[in-house]
Amino acid sequence: MEDNAIISLDHVSKFFTVRSGILGGKKVAQVIGNLSLSIKKGEVLCLVGESGCGKTTTGKLIVGLVKPTSGRILFEGQDIWNMDRETFKTYRRSVQIIHQDPYSSLNPMHRVYNILSAPLFRHKIVRTKSEAEKKVSELLEKVDLTPPEDFIYKYPHQLSGGQRQRVVIARSLTLDPKFIVADEAVSMLDVSIRLSIIEILRRLKSEVNVTFLFITHDLAMAKYFGWEGRIAVMYLGRIVEIGPTPRIIDNPLHPYTKALLMAIPEADPEVTRNKKVMELRSLDIPNLLNLPPGCTFNPRCPFWIEGVCERKEPSLIEVEKDHYVSCHLFD
Amino acid sequence: MDNRILSIENLSIEYSNIRGKVKAVRNVRLDLYKGESLAVIGESGSGKTTLGTAIIRLLPSSGYIKEGKIIYRGNEKEYNIAQFNESELRQFRWKEIAMVFQSALNSFNPVLKIWDQVLDTAKAHGLNNKSIVREKAMDLLRFVQLDPERVINSYPHELSGGMRQRVLIALSLILEPKILILDEPTTALDILTQRNIIELLRIIKKDMGLSMIFISHDLSLAAELADRVATMYAGAIVELGSVNDIFYHPRHPYTLGLIKAVPTVSSSFRELYSIPGSPPDLINLTPGCKFYPRCEYRTKGCEEAEPTLVEITPGHFVACLREGDIADGR
Repeated sequence: MEDNAIISLDHVSKFFTVRSGILGGKKVAQVIGNLSLSIKKGEVLCLVGESGCGKTTTGKLIVGLVKPTSGRILFEGQDIWNMDRETFKTYRRSVQIIHQDPYSSLNPMHRVYNILSAPLFRHKIVRTKSEAEKKVSELLEKVDLTPPEDFIYKYPHQLSGGQRQRVVIARSLTLDPKFIVADEAVSMLDVSIRLSIIEILRRLKSEVNVTFLFITHDLAMAKYFGWEGRIAVMYLGRIVEIGPTPRIIDNPLHPYTKALLMAIPEADPEVTRNKKVMELRSLDIPNLLNLPPGCTFNPRCPFWIEGVCERKEPSLIEVEKDHYVSCHLFD
Repeated sequence: MDNRILSIENLSIEYSNIRGKVKAVRNVRLDLYKGESLAVIGESGSGKTTLGTAIIRLLPSSGYIKEGKIIYRGNEKEYNIAQFNESELRQFRWKEIAMVFQSALNSFNPVLKIWDQVLDTAKAHGLNNKSIVREKAMDLLRFVQLDPERVINSYPHELSGGMRQRVLIALSLILEPKILILDEPTTALDILTQRNIIELLRIIKKDMGLSMIFISHDLSLAAELADRVATMYAGAIVELGSVNDIFYHPRHPYTLGLIKAVPTVSSSFRELYSIPGSPPDLINLTPGCKFYPRCEYRTKGCEEAEPTLVEITPGHFVACLREGDIADGR
């Protein structure tokens, strides 16, 4: 475990029990399997993967919205589920999440002022209405909702998607967080709006040194936002590859990362029409209730080694400096 | 011979709601040639889906065609779809033009097996011979790389998102339409599934010689599959040209802005730019260019009259006063 880690996951697993059918028994879905990860202060870690791979669950585990089945989650070295009240309160203030959908993450009955001032009053950062109005205006300015008077007494339905997402970001900033989990923060927004939201997050990174876990399915966006940071590629609840962003994008090692990068459609006709696409052995993602033995990617992997890949689960190995891969091709 | 299979002429569509009239599509002129794929790109609210649903006359009840024609040329005749009555429409939809709607899950009836839905579609169009329909459905499911036996006896929830999308595409082809409209066919699918659908559409285009219209906010889908691209903004087409014109020589500030706002993984690292502001209110439209408030090229005159599409090079149309001052985007 590194000393300057702000958040560490120590062999974390999360299982959900699912009932199948009316008479069916309970089944266990392994959403996160034995995940170890540490995020350094001030860094950007991009977590990429397809839907259902466990990236949102990882984000929720980190902010303490979901309790791990086993393993520990450490905030500045302390187990978040084993903290005294005061430390837990500090942790809760320091770690915030931006959800994907700005349409469902704001209470439609509350004005922007109420949404942003509630945590300020709750944590006794402000005591009077005029103090709160001043602080809320500052927050709105930070997310480019200017002039603040135009927005402070509006309801969410009076705002566009991009403006709502700015309010969501402003809310995550109310308590001066050290760590923000941005869960697909721009995927629901229009192309022309996305970049302006990314710019706000970038500013937070450079001006206030916020640490980011940037969760996305969009590798191009991960490359853009996290160029100086790292990318972790997740597949079925496990990290299959992690390393500095330029290495992952330019020299991916895990077959799954390679397949993803080769498959991405790009907004450049010549590039995208001449892409060499990796043929997978199967298109279907295995069911989380019934994970394949050995490497979970083996039923789809074109480089699968018979007798090895379906028998033993590979572990993350450092192949070059800071670049880890979990694949038997690199054992 | 006219090789335009579809011509949209001065089409305007409005929705009425409590606040007033939403001018969703304004004075659109567009041709679709036989065998070509045309992509309509734009943001949410730009009118692209309205345009697509108007072509098969499936606008929601609050929407209506205010003026204009939708000319379809088939069986050596010309038809104005905008004037069709219900029974003519029933003859026409799916048989001549089919549409694959956005969000594959919601397009199925959740309590019917795929086979029953196929049969319902076929029956509604007068195909009553079960064994012929079954044969045809099996062939099409095989064509979209699905296991026909398994899929045809499944309920929609038993299929993954990508499989459902492939079933929908197969189902849209069952009456052998001449035109296929696809609304966001890859949105909400995972990357590997997206790639698979794109390859499938490429095969359909090559093997069946269909004319296709793709409606998408995703520029990369247009880059993958389109022969020509139309950019829509605030209900109007602001730029139209070949895929190379649009991606390598965009001449409308909005198209240029969209291209500069999308990161790519394979090109060398470049700076991106966002378009400031947000799209206009389609109820209270201001005169002049609708992109004016967000445009970095705006100048005197832009706010006075809305520019019309002008052909600047063969087949490349732009509606912008300053098109001559816009340099190549990359």
